[in-house]
Amino acid sequence: MPPFKPVLLEAVGVPDGNTLASYKSRGGYAPLEKLLAEKQPGDVVEMVKSSGLRGRGGAGFSTGLKWTFLPKDHPGPIYLCINADESEPGTFNNRILMEDDPHQVIEGIIISAYATKASTAYIYLRYEYPRSWNRLQAAIDEAYAAGYLGKNIKGSGFALDIYLHRGAAAYICGEETGLIESLEGKRAWPRIKPPFPAIEGLFRKPTVVNNIETMACVAQIARRGVDWFKSIGVPADPNNPRDPGSYGPKLYCLSGHVEKPGCYEAPLGITVRELIDQFGGGVWKGRKAKAVIPGGISMGLMTESELDTPLDFAGPGKVGCLGLGTAAVVVIDETVSIVDFLHNSCRFFAHESCGQCTPCREGTSWSLRMLERIKAGKGRLKDLDLLLELGNTMGMMPGSTICGLADGAAWPIKNAIKKFRGEFEDSIKRTNPSGWMVTEPVPALQIVEAH
Amino acid sequence: MPVVIVDGQEIEIGADERLNCIEAARRAGKEIPHYCWHPGLSVVASCRMCLIETGQRDAATGKVSMVPKLVPGCQTPVKDGTVIVTESDLVKESRARVEEALLIDHPIDCPICDKAGECLLQDYHFEHGQAERRADLHAFTSRRRDVGPTVTLFVDRCIMCTRCVRFTREVSGEAELMVTSRGAKEEIDVFPGFPLDNKLAGNVVDLCPVGALGDKDFLYQQRVWFLKREANVCGGCAAGCSIHTEHNQDTVYRIKPRENMHVNKWWICDEGRYGWHHLHDPARLLEAGRRELTTSRHATPEFKAVEWSDVVTRLRDDLKAAGRLAVAVSPMLTVEEAWMLCAVARSIDPQAYLAVGHVPSTAADETFPGGFTIRGEKCPNRLGVAGVIALFDAAVHTWTDLVAHVREGHADAAWITAGYPTDPTSTPWIDAETAAAFAELKCLVVQDLFDSPLAKHATWRLPAAGFAERAGTWVNVAHRAQSFDKAIRAPAGVWPEGRLFWNMLGRRGLYDAVAVRHQIAESSATFAALAGEMPATGVDLRLQQLAST
Repeated sequence: MPPFKPVLLEAVGVPDGNTLASYKSRGGYAPLEKLLAEKQPGDVVEMVKSSGLRGRGGAGFSTGLKWTFLPKDHPGPIYLCINADESEPGTFNNRILMEDDPHQVIEGIIISAYATKASTAYIYLRYEYPRSWNRLQAAIDEAYAAGYLGKNIKGSGFALDIYLHRGAAAYICGEETGLIESLEGKRAWPRIKPPFPAIEGLFRKPTVVNNIETMACVAQIARRGVDWFKSIGVPADPNNPRDPGSYGPKLYCLSGHVEKPGCYEAPLGITVRELIDQFGGGVWKGRKAKAVIPGGISMGLMTESELDTPLDFAGPGKVGCLGLGTAAVVVIDETVSIVDFLHNSCRFFAHESCGQCTPCREGTSWSLRMLERIKAGKGRLKDLDLLLELGNTMGMMPGSTICGLADGAAWPIKNAIKKFRGEFEDSIKRTNPSGWMVTEPVPALQIVEAH
Repeated sequence: MPVVIVDGQEIEIGADERLNCIEAARRAGKEIPHYCWHPGLSVVASCRMCLIETGQRDAATGKVSMVPKLVPGCQTPVKDGTVIVTESDLVKESRARVEEALLIDHPIDCPICDKAGECLLQDYHFEHGQAERRADLHAFTSRRRDVGPTVTLFVDRCIMCTRCVRFTREVSGEAELMVTSRGAKEEIDVFPGFPLDNKLAGNVVDLCPVGALGDKDFLYQQRVWFLKREANVCGGCAAGCSIHTEHNQDTVYRIKPRENMHVNKWWICDEGRYGWHHLHDPARLLEAGRRELTTSRHATPEFKAVEWSDVVTRLRDDLKAAGRLAVAVSPMLTVEEAWMLCAVARSIDPQAYLAVGHVPSTAADETFPGGFTIRGEKCPNRLGVAGVIALFDAAVHTWTDLVAHVREGHADAAWITAGYPTDPTSTPWIDAETAAAFAELKCLVVQDLFDSPLAKHATWRLPAAGFAERAGTWVNVAHRAQSFDKAIRAPAGVWPEGRLFWNMLGRRGLYDAVAVRHQIAESSATFAALAGEMPATGVDLRLQQLAST
């Protein structure tokens, strides 16, 4: 494989790479002007659809296909929401893009808005990203001044306004309908679907919600062409008609116990081991990896023996993980207790569950309290079965919740207990030598508040 | 007609009906348990108790394809060929798990909870829950927090169905209630300084499926299983809301709304909800009295108690002796009572002057965002009484007409029925100046709940019955007639008006409102719709009149 030259991250390390001048010197905005002059919105949708671009936000749904769900010839406004509420633990690829090359993102937004006939775009930015806020706002101001935003963009008659909205630090705002509710000024409780946002979204109007990295990909497809995009990545599996393939470059966030953590760009389909060895410089201090989170904590866990799994949209699912997610790879070395890991994971989801659906609200909190119990040396083997039952029954997939947050909470539980059950059992037996085998209800444990 | 298959049973629904799975299953006699869904509120599908299995039957092949996961029944509309499975193992397990989850943080303090006995959490737990508590966790205590002048919140009993929050946003419109915090630490709360204080606030207590929201008026007054409920109609205003009067041993403890899609849907206002306290007010008139004739009419009013059996004859004699009679038929009376009163009056004086009694009213009608309207006319039966008088007289006079009629000296005697629930501490329904018009009559009969300036001039002072003590029919502002039976007996010493009139007409046995209603229906086109059995939600008199013309 020839060495891959970063495309999405080409501005990283370039002095003043976040400025308009720098972006234009690298060929930016020229594709936009050409596209506005030569192509109809429908052509742009077709272009993105044929590129096989799949959303980079986590679910991996085809971007072009999502755009076609908008009602045809809709008389009222259509909104474009850009999801920059990057709160999945371990994920920071959007942040790099927004801080180091905001114009690439903005060009992608303008192209996407043109394709979807949206004249207003909102960027929902995570609260904890002040630098992204500053740089994005500066870039938006520059783009307005240069005539890339506002009315009649470059004489095409197309108008677009971009508003930057800063959230208030809640994980659930990254769920697309939670984001929409929050943008409307309401409590970020995900909406029941249908109707999907493409039919009834922001302010009850047709809405597309896309990720920041998806926007950057759209800009690159416009600049380099569909064929270039399709030449990268993993083609569709001919034996699986439901696999649309994983094309294009992807930003991988590598963190945890590696020598060189960071955000790296690689073709989709790189294996976890390649990523750790080629980019991350191996596991920290020459240790062995015990487990790896493939794409943000909600995707579950891979064991050491599963590290040759390719990180494309289909790969992690083959080893029992939820999916590629945000491609945030967190390496956990052999010194870490999986019990501690799961406790931390459960604490996160108990804290971030929005509290709307009963199974998630109570399930995340119950699982945390069971882990508290285990860590306090009062665990019993039957707790593991209970945890597993919770993991198997909460979430959108079994149908017990409105959004996918509970699936994300369930997958680490399921993966950790299935793949590391021995370690859990050992830990429980060691810390609770007299009571690990009890199966009757035991007196309740007064547990210190976890958060 | 679309066909829906509920647990293998085919039921037909209307072609243009928009039903969800809960409603469709109910048609088939299957109850899908649910907390957050309420027909009067928006759908949030968050409690997940109504999860069921659904599928679609192919019209051509008859093959059923099932959705591979559970779906919320409240959120899933049915159409032709929809298959609903409410009793599969998957569904039962899911219900048990939701029930278990809801009880994790619930204090389970049923012995001291007012809701015990009518609590959905209790009922569903017995029906769908599991026998063993698997969560060995400390439940919280029953933290109590005031959210408004009439409503209190037991924070930890809440299951976060958000019915109350949606009610204040969608129906009452003030949006006082909100959800604070996240996850299992979520609570219902109000913003500091903005308590739950609106005219429909009490409905949130009815909506609460568990014991979280308590009505301070009812709190710890009575165990719900001691209460008996009677389908009644509220007498607070001309809206005529359908209610349940809940009582025990002739004492009312609370009023609850009764679903009536033609009138009040699922709600009542707080005025009606708490408008029963006058029934048990110690200041109520409790005996029939006749002023003993003295040389001076202005001596200290001294009423001497008269046995009711004597009232029946002596009242007639007094009025007959006085001469020209004027009668105010109170809009608090039922159609049956009004009809009998007019008949009694005309049997005493065939030319008796009949008028609709005083119609209390406040400002204009008040309509809330959800469509609920509190009427400014504060009596339940003006239309019904006017309709009755029209059967006896070509002219339907008003109270003002009657006062003028008396003032001008056209009457020698007056019989004023009142029964307005204004106790002596508030402004009486009649002022001293108006009352003075009746001072020079030879005989004045005042029939009222409480003392008033008018009673000062009365020859006869008779106690009246309260709304829950009456039986009969009221006609509301939209011409809907609703019949009801009495909920409680009038206090000892009080004959409800109907009983007095019945006896004065010389009829045998106990007052029978239904017999009178049938008699009225037979003899008039206006009230023809009152014939036969009355539906619980009443009948529209105008529709029937249109049909008969």
